[in-house]
Amino acid sequence: MAAPMLRWGCRGRRWALAWVDGGSCHRRGAPTGSTSNRIRGQSSLAQQPLRTAQKPRKGEHKWAAVVGLEIHAQISSNSKLFSGSQVRFSAPPNSLVSFFDASLPGTLPVLNRRCVEAAVMTGLALNCHINKKSLFDRKHYFYADLPAGYQITQQRLPIAVNGSLTYGISAGKERGQVIPKTVRVKQIQLEQDSGKSLHDDLRSQTLVDLNRAGVGLLEVVLEPDLSCGEEAATAVRELQLILQALGTSQANMADYEIQRQISELENGGEILNETRSFHEKLGCTVSMRDKEAKQDYRFMPEPNLPPLLLYDATSLPTDADPQQVINIDQIREMLPELPSVTRERLVQQYGMLPEHSFTLLNEVGLLEFFQNVIKETRAEPKKVTSWVLNIFLGYLKQENLAVSESPVTPSALAELLDLLDSRTISSSAAKQVFEELWKREGKTPGQIVSEKQLELMQDRGALEQFCYSVMKDHPQVVMDVKKGNPRAINKLIGLVRKATLNRADPAVIKEILEKQLSL
Amino acid sequence: MLGQTLREVSAALKQGQITPTELCQKCLSLIKKTKFLNAYITVSEEVALKQAEESEKRYKNGQSLGDLDGIPIAVKDNFSTSGIETTCASNMLKGYVPPYNATVVQKLLDQGALLMGKTNLDEFAMGSGSTDGVFGPVKNPWSYSKQYREKRKQNPHSESGDSDWLITGGSSGGSAAAVSAFTCYAALGSDTGGSTRNPAAHCGLVGFKPSYGLVSRHGLIPLVNSMDVPGILTRCVDDAAMVLGVLAGHDPKDSTTVHDPINKPLVLSSLADVSKLCIGIPKEYLVPELSSEIQSLWSRAADLFESEGAKVIEVSLPHTSYSIVCYHVLCTSEVASNMARFDGLQYGHRCDIDVSTEAMYAATRREGFNDVVRGRILSGNFFLLKENYENYFVKAQKVRRLIANDFVNAFNSGVDVLLTPTTLSEAVPYLEFIKEDNRTRSAQDDIFTQAVNMAGLPAVSIPIALSNQGLPIGLQFIGRAFYDQQLLTVAKWFEKQVQFPVIQLQELMDDCSAILENEKLASVSLKQ
Repeated sequence: MAAPMLRWGCRGRRWALAWVDGGSCHRRGAPTGSTSNRIRGQSSLAQQPLRTAQKPRKGEHKWAAVVGLEIHAQISSNSKLFSGSQVRFSAPPNSLVSFFDASLPGTLPVLNRRCVEAAVMTGLALNCHINKKSLFDRKHYFYADLPAGYQITQQRLPIAVNGSLTYGISAGKERGQVIPKTVRVKQIQLEQDSGKSLHDDLRSQTLVDLNRAGVGLLEVVLEPDLSCGEEAATAVRELQLILQALGTSQANMADYEIQRQISELENGGEILNETRSFHEKLGCTVSMRDKEAKQDYRFMPEPNLPPLLLYDATSLPTDADPQQVINIDQIREMLPELPSVTRERLVQQYGMLPEHSFTLLNEVGLLEFFQNVIKETRAEPKKVTSWVLNIFLGYLKQENLAVSESPVTPSALAELLDLLDSRTISSSAAKQVFEELWKREGKTPGQIVSEKQLELMQDRGALEQFCYSVMKDHPQVVMDVKKGNPRAINKLIGLVRKATLNRADPAVIKEILEKQLSL
Repeated sequence: MLGQTLREVSAALKQGQITPTELCQKCLSLIKKTKFLNAYITVSEEVALKQAEESEKRYKNGQSLGDLDGIPIAVKDNFSTSGIETTCASNMLKGYVPPYNATVVQKLLDQGALLMGKTNLDEFAMGSGSTDGVFGPVKNPWSYSKQYREKRKQNPHSESGDSDWLITGGSSGGSAAAVSAFTCYAALGSDTGGSTRNPAAHCGLVGFKPSYGLVSRHGLIPLVNSMDVPGILTRCVDDAAMVLGVLAGHDPKDSTTVHDPINKPLVLSSLADVSKLCIGIPKEYLVPELSSEIQSLWSRAADLFESEGAKVIEVSLPHTSYSIVCYHVLCTSEVASNMARFDGLQYGHRCDIDVSTEAMYAATRREGFNDVVRGRILSGNFFLLKENYENYFVKAQKVRRLIANDFVNAFNSGVDVLLTPTTLSEAVPYLEFIKEDNRTRSAQDDIFTQAVNMAGLPAVSIPIALSNQGLPIGLQFIGRAFYDQQLLTVAKWFEKQVQFPVIQLQELMDDCSAILENEKLASVSLKQ
């Protein structure tokens, strides 16, 4: 089982409360009563800057959650941050461990260039200031899966600072409306991952797997600008998309992991519950931060790594060995299209709703699927959007499948949409064909249509005959039409379609009926 | 043959006057004879003989690897040696066999050197006497020298017998004793605050501390990463330069090594005249605790330079008096951090307690480390606490910068090399030494040496003369960062002028009864 690659730092989640104006927190009601009492301590301890500077008048405000996050994303790299060990999942335990990873005495860290590039790239994509000089620090704590007794991180002077992450919340009343929001990025730091402890309760043993120890992480620290779980979840999702677009991190959490984290975030109470149990046991208020404060990490500069120096086009030494230096400007030029730009392009190019552009990007592989269908079909982009987002995605969700696991290929859907576009089949027949395609019987849409005889009747004479028969058999309905009941004609259309086994185009039926009724 | 310098024996090997195997066996036999010195923790006899055999083949085929091919060397037991136990003289690492060689060890082996064994030290190199290791103290070969014994006979107050043997200084005392007693031709020490220069001075050897960043620390079990350097102990300056030539250079495994290597092979020119040299005498190094004998030798050395035409000026290193305190804070802080990995989980000692991981850590570390190490861990962690960090660690770092700047200013004022004492006094008897605790001793003994480590400069201790007691006295030369070659060139000139006498150990070696008696004593001290 692959470990989730984008993880929340267990010590990383920072919750705090701040006084804000009553209306500021959209969506969820503010906690009340005893809950707020418990959280007050967190607010004072966390010392987060308040987003609203106005002094609230007495009785005019409510408590509102302020969420700051530290997100650990594993850097996509073949080797670890400070050693040449491979990074690979589901390898046998302790098979990817260098002498350094096991912290054998005398071993020294050697910085992985790829990880630095990934951090710079991510910093640029998040509008950060890239520090031309950054430093590494040791953070000390004793834990069985931390073999050196400290983690190398960037506490004092991280590689990137002062950025921003823009994400969208679909909260407007109008359908498809997305409200842009921004959370400030405090810093991005490079750091080592720890190993993995496996507790064997039966034998009361802890087994340690160091395969992950020393793997490079990007820690992205968000300022407490998020006001609720939904915002936090959406911001993290956006960050995930950015990292994936950059290729700096696969950031591919298992679905259950996303769900677990989103529900955890959206249910702020869960975090509070942890505090509550603590509270009951001790009979007094003890906040999470307080608990954490007891751990003094005794930060110290990492003496074995010189300051990390980065260059740009102007500061690059002329005699520099390209293998030994990193040029920020060069990395900037290599930045791929970011999700926000992709979405903008989708809206412009295909006239889709902003909301749809979000959905297309949020599902792994869905955008690519969509674009492949577009490439191969004559159908209108709006039609394609609607089919991909409603029908295709609906089937996937129902069976909990990833896009890559879909039984229907982009080509098959494209062919199906072509049949629909050329009016060879009706849209209800198209849905029937899609359902057949989903069964993975290896048939093309064309084959299914002909086998099931789903083509629309092209023979006008035959269709006129069906219409005539229906009118003859239902004189009362015909009377209603003639009396001016506008809905009655639909009933006739329905009857004709039924008579044709749904193979007739309702528009054509309507036209014939109108003609025959001389309307 | 055994009393020769590395350069001399290297020539003898090339000329076929002796084979590597013969040389190796002679050294092994001397190691056995001098076992009572407690210089070696591990004697890698089989490895050395096998290496000698291979070296011999190369010489026969005319494929010698160079000046070090077939030369017996010893390595301080805090350098990792593949397949050979590396203990740091600590219970914590007893039985620990590294799976890799330190870069410096590998470089020596690649040149065909014969690894005779791993030498004794203070536990984790924390000390200045080589008295505080789990394998017992190292004895200074000069305790048994003709020079010292004759002086003692003249002194009616001296006690008879062996009870007042002298310390070697430290922490690389095992390496110093090994070279001094002719059991090898060069040895690696480590130098964090003077650990190579101090025992070199006490044992009448050249003790060289290269510029920080010139020689790889990869595989050296760290004391203070930002100050540690592999040190070189030899019988003459040329030998030290030869070894430095092999060791120096960037190591991809040590990011703090510099890219521009020095010229290799490193051959020192013989200075014909010193008239273009400017020698600086730091006035702050004249402290009341300095023995009058060393003080007078120091000033005679300055006179020597002056009389030969060098410019000798007094310089000031105004922050010197803060140096030892500053060193203490930085050293213990890094120690606290570096020692965190010794938790009994992956390697080394592990206690029997298994009620919880935390209890296991605590007991393992209590059993594994001696009082000195535990004391430094404790104070280091105190300095690193959030509430103390600014007041101690950051301040100490600032003072460190001032101390480094003192040296820069001195060199910028035109000084080429600084001349100072290496130690306050000559080697003292063990019983005298242990009257003070390790911390006090280290603070006293590192007084002239540790500032150099904080500034990352090259420095070398050169034996100048024997004291009235017949014991060696060394003086220290300090150079600009990465001017190691210039420093050694000056040291070589000085060495030639002073003609320091060779230790006379022959009588002792032949005196079996003395050895037996000493061996008994050595085993007693081991149990302490």
